[in-house]
Amino acid sequence: MEFILACGIGILTASGVWLILRPRTFQVIVGLSLMSYAVNLFIFAMGRLRIDAPVIVGRGATADPARFADPLPQALVLTAIVISFAMTALLLVVLLASRGLTGTDHVDGEEP
Amino acid sequence: MTTWTEHLIIMPILLPLAAGALMLLFSERRYALKRVISLATTLALIALATWLVRDAASAPEPQIYLLGNWPAPFGITLVSDRLSAVMLLLANILGFASLTYASAGWDRAGPRFHALFMLQLVGLNGAFLTGDLFNLFVFFEVLLAASYGLLLHGARRERVSAGLHYISINVAASLLFLIGASLIYSVTGTLNLADLAVRISAILPENLALFQAGVSVLMVAFLIKAGIWPLGFWLPSTYSAAAPPVAALFAILSKVGIYAILRMSALMPENSLGAATPFASEWFQIGGTATIAFATIGILSSRSLARLAGFSLMISSGTLIATIGFSEAVRAAALLYLVSSTLAVSAFYLLIELIARGDAQTAPMAPDAVFDDEDPSRVEENGQTEIGVVIPASWAVVGGVFMFFALLLAGLPPLSGFVAKFAIIDGLLRPQATPATWTLIGMIMISGLAVVIAASRAGVDLIWTPDRPPAPLRLAEAMPIGLLLTLSVALTIFAGPAMAYAEQASRALSHSHLMFETAPPMQRLKMAP
Repeated sequence: MEFILACGIGILTASGVWLILRPRTFQVIVGLSLMSYAVNLFIFAMGRLRIDAPVIVGRGATADPARFADPLPQALVLTAIVISFAMTALLLVVLLASRGLTGTDHVDGEEP
Repeated sequence: MTTWTEHLIIMPILLPLAAGALMLLFSERRYALKRVISLATTLALIALATWLVRDAASAPEPQIYLLGNWPAPFGITLVSDRLSAVMLLLANILGFASLTYASAGWDRAGPRFHALFMLQLVGLNGAFLTGDLFNLFVFFEVLLAASYGLLLHGARRERVSAGLHYISINVAASLLFLIGASLIYSVTGTLNLADLAVRISAILPENLALFQAGVSVLMVAFLIKAGIWPLGFWLPSTYSAAAPPVAALFAILSKVGIYAILRMSALMPENSLGAATPFASEWFQIGGTATIAFATIGILSSRSLARLAGFSLMISSGTLIATIGFSEAVRAAALLYLVSSTLAVSAFYLLIELIARGDAQTAPMAPDAVFDDEDPSRVEENGQTEIGVVIPASWAVVGGVFMFFALLLAGLPPLSGFVAKFAIIDGLLRPQATPATWTLIGMIMISGLAVVIAASRAGVDLIWTPDRPPAPLRLAEAMPIGLLLTLSVALTIFAGPAMAYAEQASRALSHSHLMFETAPPMQRLKMAP
């Protein structure tokens, strides 16, 4: 399971890095999004992968840490998702403004 | 025993947040009201920060505030010690100065200026006060999000282009921040800085490489914000594209990165600084020296004042980064240098607009309205606003002030820049100077010379020789520059007490892993591997 997840994170990051090095603004944004997905999975994995382990102690259950997944990375992932989502939305607006003002979708605002 | 003063430490975050939210409720046409609210808020913030500085100077231990009174490593903590208090004061003074300047007309160049400005202060104050890594990330994001908005204020073509680069780079840097923070969490099981300091010494040898990787990735994220050499190409062009009052506030943004690096590197155990991060101080020195060299070349080749200010900001960042790995005395001097150079760069950005006022390029220009409630009358090309008290002999004043700040940045006597640079070099020579240290000292000297050359050339070109009539200097614009000037002079006169404070701050920083024991780290629930 660790291997598959690591491969997934690796492929997402590699695609993201390749895309942010491309000259078109839309490619950069998609690249940043892919990288943020990879990072979110990475944070999640940093709490160690567990199967069938809830993060919340049920009513009346004993709080035995061995039976529960680490809740903190999951809380962090939630925050990170919200923030990267907002930043992507903002970046899209700037992309459109840049397209409108410069007439091109090149990242430098002019064709090379 | 809880007294109400204990809660004041959270006010630098809550107060601008409330003010910013409040101002969203009012129509953009009521700009006078917004100016009053935001100026009053920043004044209150300065008072609060001054109180925190005084409190930190007298108390041996940092003030710790537990949000919701949750015990230390689980809940969110705010920490105010000497370093964070002085950064807080500096940030809010710059905030007040730029806001006063913007109130002369720049704030009407686009919508929602004051609300964004307040949120920017929330992010800055939060980043300086927070006691754990993840909240540092959150406040970084708050200040970045607000800075994206402020950078695009008065949207123009080059501002939008620069904004696109700035946002992309910072989003990528934030991802690095998250990778670093989560790696550190996975090894140590905590994100609380005080708790982290305790746990670093207990890291198993097989996990040490992972921890080092985490710290390095995190540091790269901070260094991008600080504008270190291969990662800082965005800085001069972005800051010179921003509206001048915004750029004046941005002068503190790169220092947030340096503050975060100082905080993180202080957590590494004293002697086994080698054990946890064997390469860090060397790399800081190399990177910092390279940054100074790059910025020196840049400042000599810059043809506009805005780029000149941007590169002098990079020189100051480079000097600070290069001196991180040295002794306490150097760090204390670097703190004084941080304060004086930030004041000077900020004032530089404000002066630029006054000098280049005749050019249509820097004049506030309103884009098409986006929101319904925008002020239709806000287009005022260089026009007089209601604050129209004009100061006579303005060109002489501008020229004199420009010279003053150029000398301050260059570090020539008798100003505080000189005192700080002298103390840095003195500290660098103290144990014994290696060739690398000599290179750094040489670079610091040469960069000072380059600032003098570039500033005098720019001064001759733009202030003393052009025969266009001097622009009238308005009171609301002269006042913030005067404030920064007064503070710089005061910093020179009271360099002794300021230096003593910086030394205490530096000493406290190197004992931060001992100092935080007022908030005892708790035993974390044992996780299954």
